[in-house]
Amino acid sequence: MAERVERVPAVEGWFRIEPEPALIGRRGRVTGSVFFPPTGVGRNPAAPFEELEEVVLSRRGRVWSWTTNHYPAPPPFPAREPFRPYTVAAVELAAERMVVLGLLAEGVDPADLRVGLEMELDVGVLCRDGGREELIWTWRPVAGAEAEGA
Amino acid sequence: MRDDVVVAGVGMHPWGKWGRPFADYGLVAVREALADAGLEWRDVQLVVGAETVRNGYPGYVAGATFAQALGWQGAPVASVYAACASGAAALGIARAHLLAGLCDVALVVGADTTPKGFLAPNAGERRDDPDWLRFRLLGATNPTYFALYARRRMALWGATPEDFALVKVKNARHGLHNPYARYRAEVSAEEVAASPLVADPLRLLDICATSDGAAAVVLTSAAWAAARGVDRPVRLAALSTVTPTFPNPLVEMPHFAGDATLGDAPPVVPFRDAIARAAYEEAGLGPEDLSVAEVYDLSTALELDWYEHIGLCKEGEAERLLRDGDTQLGGRIPVNPSGGLACFGEAVPAQALAQVCELTWQLRGTAGPRQVEGARVGLAVNQGLFGHGSCVIVHR
Repeated sequence: MAERVERVPAVEGWFRIEPEPALIGRRGRVTGSVFFPPTGVGRNPAAPFEELEEVVLSRRGRVWSWTTNHYPAPPPFPAREPFRPYTVAAVELAAERMVVLGLLAEGVDPADLRVGLEMELDVGVLCRDGGREELIWTWRPVAGAEAEGA
Repeated sequence: MRDDVVVAGVGMHPWGKWGRPFADYGLVAVREALADAGLEWRDVQLVVGAETVRNGYPGYVAGATFAQALGWQGAPVASVYAACASGAAALGIARAHLLAGLCDVALVVGADTTPKGFLAPNAGERRDDPDWLRFRLLGATNPTYFALYARRRMALWGATPEDFALVKVKNARHGLHNPYARYRAEVSAEEVAASPLVADPLRLLDICATSDGAAAVVLTSAAWAAARGVDRPVRLAALSTVTPTFPNPLVEMPHFAGDATLGDAPPVVPFRDAIARAAYEEAGLGPEDLSVAEVYDLSTALELDWYEHIGLCKEGEAERLLRDGDTQLGGRIPVNPSGGLACFGEAVPAQALAQVCELTWQLRGTAGPRQVEGARVGLAVNQGLFGHGSCVIVHR
């Protein structure tokens, strides 16, 4: 019998998996300003107390920058054992013009990244603990994408 | 130009890894600063401590910790935390008291004991704390952010790892004879290139260490200094502790995203430019008036960003300024004659105060082998996470 794996988001309410992976933000009902992560109150000084509504963010954007970490971050980061370098990408969302950080998706070679490369949101495994997996949003190059000017 | 607040005395404890309580270091710096000012502890009318959050309650109440360690003498205390900008925020509180006439002599002190390796978030499961979450969800260390900015510089302006290494070579040379610096040895470009990659493109020798250290500054009102016959003191021309203006598109430590800019006009002056801009405006000075600058070189690449943010050159020209030797001792505008964080490592609450110590020695002409000839105006700039700006301009 296959082992049952419980899959849970590593953080509640910041991204969705179905129908396709996407980040969840908040939008001000007065200013239309969009915020990520979807925590706290509006941050537009024109309407600091405005009501916010949940909004699904663009699934695509372009690489703003990236870096590969060659040493494990200290706890609470659940570094893999044995340790493998991991890459953090900063991607500017197409519609919102907002730069959002995320881990690079499993199996993507950071050597293929370029500033301006088109990326798409995905979901991967942050860590496994027995029959429990914590999921996290990740960035993956759009198949066949070309870099555009930074 | 503002001349109503005087830097009467400065003092430091050498940076290093000493493994002692932070208050011990602070007391050494205070003793030096008081002696430098020719004052007794009983002369101090206000104590402002820059907090360290890694040392439990004594760190959170730094002002009181130092006041008690020196022996209670009744002076009011304040403690302030603004991450790496804590020192400037503490100076700001002291200055405001002096300008309001609430006191004539204020002591400002910051000290830290740091663990080895990456700075980490506070202990416990802190799911509402972005500083905890960035480690938990992304493994985004401080060097991760420095590296994102460094690669962006490479992509936009053609900076190279060799340029970054040159910053380290310069600062190592500057700090060679600084008795307070932790690292006092020449570093070659080859040594930087051979050091391990931490967060590419940045290598170990591109990134500042974390250190123990302390710095103290005694501020007095100009009238009080004049009454005591102090000759040509160094004066505080301006102090800026501004925050960003929305929307700030840059992903700042420890956050997950910058502000969205669609539909919101980006601020005319980006945050890091605004930090120095506010100080220039208060001082009635501009970048062309500077003799010397101390900038927050958390990484070598970040020092280049600061050249542009404080207006030493236009965007994209910092590498040329560096390569031309303009920012080395003897150049047009020496940057980090102290050796900077490259030679000190960061001792968070002490750092902005250490910058003011260095500028004070430079303006007095007592900086020894690292003296900037004829220094008259100095600027120190720095930034603390969670949106804390820090800029001080002194003149003599």
